[in-house]
Amino acid sequence: MEQAIEVRGLVREFKGGIHAVAGIDLDVAPGEIYGFLGPNGAGKSTTVHMLTTLLPPTAGTAKVGGHDIVAEGPAVRRTIGAALQEAALDPLLTGREHLKLQLALHGIPRAERDRRTDELLERVGLRLAADRKIGGYSGGMKRRLDLALALAHRPRILFLDEPTTGLDPQSRSALWDEVVRLKRDEGVTVFLTTQYLEEADVLADRVGIIDHGRIVAEGTPAALKAEIGRPTVEAVPTEETEPAKLEAIFGRFGELQPSTAGVAVRLDGKGGLADVVRALDSADVTVAALHLHAPTLDDVFLAKTGRSLEGEEEPSEPEPAPA
Amino acid sequence: MSLGSQILHLARRSVIRTLRQPANWITPLIFPLALMAVNSGGLQAATSLPGFPTDSFVAFFLAFPFIQGALFSTVNAGVDLARDIQTGFLNRLALTPMQSTALLVGHLGGVIVMGFVQAIWYLAVGLAIGVRIEAGVLGTVVLLVLAVLIVTAFGSFGALAALRTGSTEAVHSLFPVFFVFLFISSMNLPRNLIETDWFQVAASANPVSYLIEAIRSLVIQGWNEEALALGFAIAIGLSIVGLTLSSLSLRTRLART
Repeated sequence: MEQAIEVRGLVREFKGGIHAVAGIDLDVAPGEIYGFLGPNGAGKSTTVHMLTTLLPPTAGTAKVGGHDIVAEGPAVRRTIGAALQEAALDPLLTGREHLKLQLALHGIPRAERDRRTDELLERVGLRLAADRKIGGYSGGMKRRLDLALALAHRPRILFLDEPTTGLDPQSRSALWDEVVRLKRDEGVTVFLTTQYLEEADVLADRVGIIDHGRIVAEGTPAALKAEIGRPTVEAVPTEETEPAKLEAIFGRFGELQPSTAGVAVRLDGKGGLADVVRALDSADVTVAALHLHAPTLDDVFLAKTGRSLEGEEEPSEPEPAPA
Repeated sequence: MSLGSQILHLARRSVIRTLRQPANWITPLIFPLALMAVNSGGLQAATSLPGFPTDSFVAFFLAFPFIQGALFSTVNAGVDLARDIQTGFLNRLALTPMQSTALLVGHLGGVIVMGFVQAIWYLAVGLAIGVRIEAGVLGTVVLLVLAVLIVTAFGSFGALAALRTGSTEAVHSLFPVFFVFLFISSMNLPRNLIETDWFQVAASANPVSYLIEAIRSLVIQGWNEEALALGFAIAIGLSIVGLTLSSLSLRTRLART
């Protein structure tokens, strides 16, 4: 079966020898939601710019919708929709004018343009704001319009570059619902970059983790977590609990982890939660609460790179557009 | 979608943007005429100079608003294009099947429409205050064609600056430069009556002088083939150079495959 996106050895080098993308391989199946996860500056947006034909690669090949991104740029653009990192909108135009312009440039006939514009405005919840200038839209409204514009010509493949960055939880949730609906009802393939672990975990069928321009891990979120597969046990002490004693017991089951609530240990396979409870009981140590935390994608990132993704701050990627 | 339709849609957007920024159309409509009123009042005595080609300084000076108005709309258009680059809107357009040519011509199309409206306005005000177009109705049509060509020429350089720099500030900084060209020209006096040698040399070397003189000739002389030929040749030449350089810059700016 032909892949919706097929990437082999893709490289993008910027001035000064900076390798924003340093040779990546990936495949995305039709109808799949692929989460591309990584910190700022990891190479996510540069990859999206190359796959959407906005930036030629320095080396490597990629096919999107069966079309080569270098040799068949116009065919790729007809196949895809994209909402890039910043909601690129004209503050002087209304939402409706944006959609009509987008549809017109995609060659949609006038009669269908009006119908499709109304349909998209309804779908993203902007019908009432359709004739207001974008300058008065909230961040969430701009993002929703951005998504509607990306979907205007019914693309088979959708690129979303950090679509929920800066959104409030309600807007984020609404956008997630729409992405899931697109996959479920329309079979749209979604390539989603994000720096939010939860987003990748909730939405993506498979996740690729990129760091310093290289993919360091790839698989379903469940498989990736199972691969490093060690849950964490966290104890909240009582006033009587002796911290040293608690740490000594926990230390027998794995590596101690930072914890704001008390003491935590990532289990190393020498025992499970029941063994920890028995050890505490036999040592007559009482705790206020005991929590079992399943591994997260952050644990995967930590295991693969030695760093935590949460709170990670790296320099931004070089500007993808040429100088 | 045909290239023509793409151009029409982008030109329409350009006009809408301009109309929704009142400062972008009120200033070019008012300021050049205000300056014309001030200069005409103060410099009417210049018409007494031996060899001055008309006894109406307003008629002599009417060419000025056409050029200054073109400068205003050019800078405004360049700023709009630079803003599209800064906001990423250009990338959004680049993700559609839009042809690069459509972007440039569509953008300039909006500028040209605004330039045409301005030209009609300047002409109407001129006629209302008693200026007579010596070249008649056909000359008026030629004047409007030349005005549109001048806007195209200047607009292409505004677009070039935007595409080269991607910066609204850089485009804004062009305005004083354009103004220097305008003021060191034959806008206030015929070149043969300018007595300061360096100024006369500079005005003679300045292409803006010939654009002014072509428009002026239609207003105060009638049909002056030499002035018109020079004016049209310069306007067309500048348009070709500006559009060619802008197209090349657009190709670099839109690095899409």
